Amino acid sequence: MYAYDQYDQQMVDARVAEFRDQARRRLEGKLSEDQFKPLRLMNGLYLQLHAYMLRVAIPYGTLSGAQMHTLADIAEKYDRGYGHFTTRQNIQYNWIKLEDAADILADLAKVEMHAIQTSGNCIRNISSDHFAGAAADEVTDPRPYAELLRQWSSFHPEFSYLPRKFKIAVIASEQDRAAMRLHDIGINIVRNSDGELGAAFYVGGGMGRTPMIAPQIRDFVPLDQLVTYAEACLRVYNRYGRRDNKYKARIKILVHELGAEEYTRQVEEEFQHLLDSGVEPPFAELERIRTFFADPAYDEAAPDDIDRSDPDFALWVDRNTVAHKQDGYVSAVISLKPVGGIPGDATAEQMRVMADLATRYSFDELRVMHTQNVVLPHVRKADLNAIWTALDEAGLGSPNLDTIEDIIACPGLDYCSLANARSIPVAQKIAQRFAETKKTATLGQLKLKISGCINACGHHHAGHIGILGVDRKGVENYQLSLGGSEAEDVSLAKITGPGFDEDGIVDAVETVTSVYEREREGEERFLDTYRRIGMGPFKEALYG
Amino acid sequence: MKLLTGNDLKTGAVTWWTGNDWSIHVEDAVDVTGQEDEIAQREEAARRVNVPYAIDAEMHDGSPRPAHIKDRVRALGPTVRPDLTLKPADPEIGQWVI
Repeated sequence: MYAYDQYDQQMVDARVAEFRDQARRRLEGKLSEDQFKPLRLMNGLYLQLHAYMLRVAIPYGTLSGAQMHTLADIAEKYDRGYGHFTTRQNIQYNWIKLEDAADILADLAKVEMHAIQTSGNCIRNISSDHFAGAAADEVTDPRPYAELLRQWSSFHPEFSYLPRKFKIAVIASEQDRAAMRLHDIGINIVRNSDGELGAAFYVGGGMGRTPMIAPQIRDFVPLDQLVTYAEACLRVYNRYGRRDNKYKARIKILVHELGAEEYTRQVEEEFQHLLDSGVEPPFAELERIRTFFADPAYDEAAPDDIDRSDPDFALWVDRNTVAHKQDGYVSAVISLKPVGGIPGDATAEQMRVMADLATRYSFDELRVMHTQNVVLPHVRKADLNAIWTALDEAGLGSPNLDTIEDIIACPGLDYCSLANARSIPVAQKIAQRFAETKKTATLGQLKLKISGCINACGHHHAGHIGILGVDRKGVENYQLSLGGSEAEDVSLAKITGPGFDEDGIVDAVETVTSVYEREREGEERFLDTYRRIGMGPFKEALYG
Repeated sequence: MKLLTGNDLKTGAVTWWTGNDWSIHVEDAVDVTGQEDEIAQREEAARRVNVPYAIDAEMHDGSPRPAHIKDRVRALGPTVRPDLTLKPADPEIGQWVI
C-alpha cells in the first residue's frame, strides 16, 4: 500500500488545521453559512436530510487494517455506530456534529486518510479495480497510476473550480470491474504489440440525468506522458465546459456536443503544447510509487485444495471468492448485503472484524468495492474456512456476490436531501422476496441497481435491472429499466414503461425474472437473454 | 399551515420552530404563516439555527404533519432504521411517514 511521505502528511495536517479554524469561526458566527458551505464541502462535510454527513475518501478503495479500525472508531465515537460504503469506494457517516468534524479529520490524518475533494467541482477520489494487484487477468496493478493521478489532482490549482465534479477510474484488465467507461475519464492500462505498457483514454462517460458511455479518444498514451495527457483532457474541459447550466456542465455534454473527434483534436493540440511544459512528474516518481504496490510475500507452498464438506461454506466459496494470480490464493468478497439489511452499511464491530481478518489473513489489506462490498484481496485458500466462520458470526457471511440479493442502492430518501424516493426499502423487499422464493440461485448473475433520484448514485442506468425512484405528486414511484451493464460489455438500460408503486416494483422485478427463466437458453445470464430477445416479451409480461 | 424548520448549527440535528425556541420534535412546531421570513432571518442571525426554511404542513390527529414525504422522513429519521428514529416504539410511525 502507498504510505504518505512528509509532503502528503504535511498537506493533510495543514488542511485539518485550516478546517478547524474555519469551523470555529462558523460556530462563533464569524462566517455565514453561505461563506462556510464551500469550505466545508471541500472537506467532504455535507448537510444532509437528518444531520451533517461526512464523506471520507478511500483512494482506489484500498484500506489497511489500521485504517479500517479508525473508520470503526469514528463510527462509534462520533456517529451512531455504523458507516455506509458508497458506490465510489468511499465511506459516509450520516450523523456528524459540526463541532466534532475537525477532530474526526485529525483522527483520519493520523492513519493517512482525509475527506478532501470528496465534494465540489474538482477531481474526486480516483477509483479502480477492487481486485487490483490480485486479479488473474490484469496486465499490471493499476493502483500506482491511480496514486500518481491522485497526487497530481490533489489541490491542483487549475482544476479546483471545474465546471462540475470530475470522476476518474483506472483499470488494467479487459474485464472492467470499475465501471470505467461510465466515468468522466476512464483509463485502461494496456500492453501494446511491442509489450510496452500505456494508457487507453476514454472520456465523457457518466450516469446522472444524461447517461453516456465514454468513447475512446486515444488507444495508447505512453506512461511517461500519462499525467500530461490527463491534464490536456481537463484543460479543454475547463476552458469550454458549460458553466451556465449545471445540468449541462459535465464533460460528457462537452464531448457529446463537440463530437468525440473534435474534442480529441483539441485535446491532442493541447497535449502537444503541454509536452514540453514540464507537467509530467519525473518517471522516477512513478517508479517510487510502484514500490509501494509490490506483491506481498505469498506463501509459495499454499495448498490449492479446499475442504468443501460443509455445504454452506462451499456455497460461500463458490459465490464469494474470485480467482487470484497466485496459486493457492483467492480474493474473498465480504458481502455487506445481508437479506433485509441496508446495502453498504457496516457497524463499527463489523468493520473491526473485517480489519482484523485483513491483518491476520490478507497482508493487512482490504478493498472497498463500488458495489458496496469489501474484499480481502490476498487470502490463502487454506484460510478460507476460518475467515468464513468469523464473517458468518459477524453477520457478514452472506453468499450472494453478483446475485439478485447483491443490490446496489444509494441512501435514497431515507438519508439524502437530493433524493425523490426511498431506495433502501425497495432493495430490502426485493432481496427478501427472492430469498423467500429461493430463486436467487437459479437466476445466476443478475445485477440490480437502485437510485433514489436522477443523479444515479445507485447506478441504475448500468443495472441488468435498474430501478429509479421518482416523485409523482408527492408519492414515491419507481421506474423499471432493463439491459444495462457497467462492465466491459457496457450498455445503458432502457425504461420498460410506466412506473410502479413500492410493492408493485417488487412484483415487477419478479415478473421480469420469470420471463428470463422462461426464455433463457443454456447458461445465458439475464442480460444475455434480454439482449437476445429484446424488450418486447418483458413489456408484454409487465403491462399486457 | 407552514412550519419553520432548519438544522442545529452545532449538531446538525433537524429542528422545528415552536414559537419561542427550537425543538427536535415536529409535534412542537407552530404555524408560522406570514412570519416565516422574519423569524428565519432573526434566528439564523442569532446562530440558533442553520439554513431555516418554511414547509407546507397540515394538522393530523392534533399534531402538525409535513405535507411532503421528504419532510416527514426528515422529521422522524430514516424509515429503515426505526432504532434511530424519534419514535422507535410508535407502531403507527410507518403510516405517519408514508
